[in-house]
Amino acid sequence: MPAKRIIPCLDVKDGRVVKGVKFQNLRDAGDPVEAAARYDAQGADEITYLDIAATLENRGTLLDLVSRTAARVFAPLTVGGGVRGEADFVALLRAGADKVSVNSSAVKEPGLVDRLSALAGAQALVVAVDVKRRPRAAGAEPEWEVHVAGGSRPTGREGLAWIREVADRGAGELLLTSMDRDGTQAGYDLELLERVAAAVRIPVIASGGVGTLAHLAEGLRFADAALAASIFHDGTHTVAEAKRYLLARGIEVRP
Amino acid sequence: MTAGPTVALVDYGAGNLRSVENALREVGARVVVTRDPAAVRAADRVVVPGQGAMPACAEAMRGSGVEAALREAIARGTPVLGICVGLQILFTDGEEAGGAHGLGLVPGTVRKLPAGVRLPHIGWSKVSGPPPLHPLFAPLDGQYVYFAHSYAAPADAPGTQLTATHGVPFCAGLARGNLFAVQFHPEKSQQVGLDFLRRFVGIH
Repeated sequence: MPAKRIIPCLDVKDGRVVKGVKFQNLRDAGDPVEAAARYDAQGADEITYLDIAATLENRGTLLDLVSRTAARVFAPLTVGGGVRGEADFVALLRAGADKVSVNSSAVKEPGLVDRLSALAGAQALVVAVDVKRRPRAAGAEPEWEVHVAGGSRPTGREGLAWIREVADRGAGELLLTSMDRDGTQAGYDLELLERVAAAVRIPVIASGGVGTLAHLAEGLRFADAALAASIFHDGTHTVAEAKRYLLARGIEVRP
Repeated sequence: MTAGPTVALVDYGAGNLRSVENALREVGARVVVTRDPAAVRAADRVVVPGQGAMPACAEAMRGSGVEAALREAIARGTPVLGICVGLQILFTDGEEAGGAHGLGLVPGTVRKLPAGVRLPHIGWSKVSGPPPLHPLFAPLDGQYVYFAHSYAAPADAPGTQLTATHGVPFCAGLARGNLFAVQFHPEKSQQVGLDFLRRFVGIH
C-alpha cells in the first residue's frame, strides 16, 4: 500500500482563496498559488482546489489559476467544482490539473462517470460524494443520503449504493464528505468511513470534521488519504507537524 | 540561465503533457512539445509521457510516424525517457482493455495489478533496487515517489533498476543503454522528481 496522504484543500472563488463558515461570510484569504506553494514546501502529498462559486463566467479565472499553480507546484493537483461535462474536465486537465473531481453532475447524469473515466483513465477522475445521516430508528443500521449543489440539495439517493455505483462506473478515487461533521472540527464520521472503505476497492479520501491531529489518525485507520482545510489554513498545524504526529503513531506517511 | 539541451516532449494526445513540460522547464531544459517526427530526430533528449490507457497510447504513437523517429533516436544513442504509460508502451504487449501491442523495445507483458489491493494505485510509494544502480536512479533508492496507475510491468523485466510494491512488486524504473523509463510521475514527485529529471536532462 502507498503511504497515507495528507491533502490540504483550498476553497477558491474568483481566483482567490476564501474562508468562511459553511460557505457563509466569505472573506478573502489570499492567493491560492502562494498557499499551494506553502503547503507543497511543508510536504503536502497533494493539493486540492475546490471552486465554490463554479459559475460559467469564472471558468477562465479557474483555468488560469490551475495553470499558474502547475507551473510552480510539482505535487499532484486535484481540481473540482462545477465540472459539467467532458469540456470542463479536459480543459482543467490541459491547464495542469492531474485529477478532476465531479459531484453534482455525476448524480444528475451517472453515465458521465463512465465517459470521463474512459476519456483520461480512472486515475484522473475523482468522484466527490457529500452525504448526510438519515434519522435512524432504534436498532436500525445507519444510513446516509447523498446531497448535491454544495450540500444544499438532498437527492433521495442512499449513500453507500451511490458510492458502489460510481466505483463500478470507473471512478478512480472517492472524496467522501460527511456533511454532519463538515465545519464542526468534531472529527470524521468514522462509522461512515469504515463502511465506505469496506464497500469499494478504490482509494477513499476522508473529508469533513478534522479539528485535531488525532482526528487525522482516526480517519486514516479506514481512509487512504485525509483531506483537511481549517487546521492547516488557520495555522493551527503545519502539514509537517501532522506527518510527524502520524509517523510517531506508526502510521505510514511520507516524511 | 544558459539554455539547456533540447528535449522533445512527444505529444500523442496522452494526458499530462503540461505537467511534464513545466517540470522539464523548471530543471532548465528547452522543451519542444511536438508530434513532428523531424523534431524528435533533431532533439538532444526525448521524453514520452503518458496517462490513460496503453492501447490508445500505443495506437496513437504508431499512427503518428513518431514511432520510427523514436526508434531512430534510440539507435543513435539519444537519451529517451518514458513516463507512466510511456514506460508501458515500450513493452511487447499489455492486457489493458482487451490487449494491446506495445513497441516491443523491452520484452515482457504489462499486466493489471492484483485484486485485493485498492486500484488504481494512487499515491506515494517507496522505490528501491539492488546496487549497483545507474547514476540516474541511484539517488531514488529508498525514496517515496508519486504513482497513479492500475497496470504495471513485471519486477523482473530486463533492465529493471527500481521496483515498488502494490499487492505485488513491479518495475518502477528501468535502464537499457540510453533508454530509460519510470512508472511513477517524476513531474509530480516534488524535489525528488525534479532532481531525477535534472539528472536525465544532464545525462552525457
